[in-house]
Amino acid sequence: MQKSLHIDPGKCTGCLQCELACSFENENVFNPAKSRIKVFRFHDIGRMVPYTCTQCDEAWCMKACPVEAITTDAATGAKVVSDALCVGCKVCTIACPFGTVNYNASTGKVMKCDLCGGDPECAKACPTQAITYVDANWTGLDRMRDWAAKTDSGARASA
Amino acid sequence: MAWARNVLRVNLTKGTCKNEPLNMEWAHKYLGQRGLATKYLVEETDPKVDPLSPNNKMIMATGPLTGTCASTAGRYSVVTKGALTGAIACSNSGGFFGNEMKNAGYDMIIFEGKAKSPVYLYIENEKAELLDAGAFWGKSVWDTEEGIKAKHQDPLIRVASIGVAGEKGVKYAAVVNDMDRAAGRSGVGTVMGSKNLKAVAIRGTLGVPVRDFKRFMKVTADAKKVLADNAVTGQGLPKFGTQVLMNVINEVGALPTRNHRDIQFEGAKNISAEAMAEPRKGDGKPNLVTNAACFGCTIGCGRVSTVERSHYTVVDRPQYQVASGGLEYEAAWALGAATGVDDLNALTFANFICNEQGFDPISFGATVGAAMELFETGVITTKETGGIELKFGSAKALTDLAELTGKGEGFGAEIGLGSKRLCEKYGKPELSMSVKGQEFPAYDSRGIQGMGLTYATSNRGACHLRSYTVSSEILGVPVKTDPHVTEGKAELVKAFQDATSVVDSSGLCVFTTFGWTLEDIAPQIDAACEGGWTVEKLLEVGERVWNLERKYNLAAGFSKKDDTLPARILKDAAKTGPAKGMVNGLKDMLPKYYEVRGWTSEGVPTNQTLERLGV
Repeated sequence: MQKSLHIDPGKCTGCLQCELACSFENENVFNPAKSRIKVFRFHDIGRMVPYTCTQCDEAWCMKACPVEAITTDAATGAKVVSDALCVGCKVCTIACPFGTVNYNASTGKVMKCDLCGGDPECAKACPTQAITYVDANWTGLDRMRDWAAKTDSGARASA
Repeated sequence: MAWARNVLRVNLTKGTCKNEPLNMEWAHKYLGQRGLATKYLVEETDPKVDPLSPNNKMIMATGPLTGTCASTAGRYSVVTKGALTGAIACSNSGGFFGNEMKNAGYDMIIFEGKAKSPVYLYIENEKAELLDAGAFWGKSVWDTEEGIKAKHQDPLIRVASIGVAGEKGVKYAAVVNDMDRAAGRSGVGTVMGSKNLKAVAIRGTLGVPVRDFKRFMKVTADAKKVLADNAVTGQGLPKFGTQVLMNVINEVGALPTRNHRDIQFEGAKNISAEAMAEPRKGDGKPNLVTNAACFGCTIGCGRVSTVERSHYTVVDRPQYQVASGGLEYEAAWALGAATGVDDLNALTFANFICNEQGFDPISFGATVGAAMELFETGVITTKETGGIELKFGSAKALTDLAELTGKGEGFGAEIGLGSKRLCEKYGKPELSMSVKGQEFPAYDSRGIQGMGLTYATSNRGACHLRSYTVSSEILGVPVKTDPHVTEGKAELVKAFQDATSVVDSSGLCVFTTFGWTLEDIAPQIDAACEGGWTVEKLLEVGERVWNLERKYNLAAGFSKKDDTLPARILKDAAKTGPAKGMVNGLKDMLPKYYEVRGWTSEGVPTNQTLERLGV
């Protein structure tokens, strides 16, 4: 079963444990600046929103890459950058409509989420379950369940 | 590892920025942050220095765990001689600035001298420069932070700055980072202002390594589980914030009210965590928007709040019609119970102003409470207050004075003196509810006896964060003690003081200690840093830090006579509640405290004690 990262900003406290875990997994140091997932704090409305690559099927980054350095991991569906092939041209960073592929000046390569090979560290590190790793076919399950409960007139009548 | 091993020394007089290696011998004795910065300050400055003189220094310091994935490991402290107190000052802040400093490659930044004109320090990965802050002087913390990010075209910069309060010399001005997290107490922002230093802006991308990664990931994960499973850190604090205490402390009869004349507040429920969660009558929305975490924190006690748009404080003022840092228990108490005001909107607004202009809501609210007593007893009139009807319970007086104090204008300039100087000025020093010049926080020590000893002996003046015996006396953590007895409190206070000194020197938040003991903390420090960090070694560090601070204060001119409480706490019995009829029994605790500390009967550390600790 293919899985995907599922983000519920309503549960996020903005602690950045996901960024710490991501940078540690990829860089062996704690360094949010090198994280593939970013948490945005919209201060004036009190919202914290984690954001990262959605692993597009028809990935713009993959199509734009002139050296075929970005390929699909068949097991996870992740679009994975090969550091051996990447030439740091940054065309993928322009192609990605969502901004989730970024250049890393200290390596001269681009970096993006690769789902940690199917066991994403960000989801494991999240203390509030704002980031989970769920069945890719049912990312709407929680929301459907909530609405199912809300629209169940029988339950409301008996409550 | 864990330490960056690098110090930035900024000489504001000469305009120079130099990197130097961290003194690792001291790091092994004082750990980091509070302890290590204090050691640097003690070695480099004269304890008798005027806090506002260029010869005073100000140190921003991270702990070894700052910037790691240990829960809450994003703290930094500002250490200096306090403008409010003239004692050692160490104010601790969360948010994200501490991590950024560490990621820029610095354990510590030492500020010396005074700039000729306003400047801000800009740091990018081990490179630092002083830049002209003319465009930001006179601006609030909020505008300065936005302005610096816009100027550098970099929204990822983290900023710690002072507001107008710090520029104008309000004695309890704060250093505020990330819009609403503050190194709040003792006037560390006043010292920053006296140096013509408006802000420190940092961008750090170097990363923080630890000694033993595998073990570090294991022990930090175990420790996070302890916090998640604990009722206070796992449920109470995330849901209600520190405000979970308002109704509890009121019920036990330890909520100082109207300048400590009473110890229960009839309006407590209106300004409590429960009230913040309740939909408002006017707009149907609760005061509380969400909880928010500081860097790396798996507790998430921070409050994000709004003021109702129809409230008189924010009508036609869109900059305040937003979500921003909400009331913590201390601020809610000082702005509320201490002044007798129970208008939650007014308190939230006043708290916004404290963040926006950078001043301590505890000292501010408590000073307004003292001024209200001066007013109600006829010592001052509308002539002195500039027309403000300064009555207990007046929300308008509170919010007007918040705005005036933030700008150092009108009677706000006098409120900005703090209660000690204000009450002395009007010939009523006994009305200042303070120790060593610093106002009490939100626990009346007639109802919680150990807190009296905590306040009297706190090295930075009255403070709950130096030994939070409330934890034991009220909440039963780690063991329940009777809040009404004095016996055993000397030992309890010493134990809390030493342990807290460790936490404050590590990069962690003291709120973890509702769930963690040093048994949980030691393995995290040990996995991150070389040095063989055991509980025993950490306790020795804690005791060493405490004695070093004490030694500094004695050299600064403090003595046994300053280890005391206002007469109101020692002589006027509590009028209501479970502690009715009680005063604080400080005289029964203090001699024993000196003894367990290994100090003379005059409160001076003996040579034997100093030698044992290597101070």
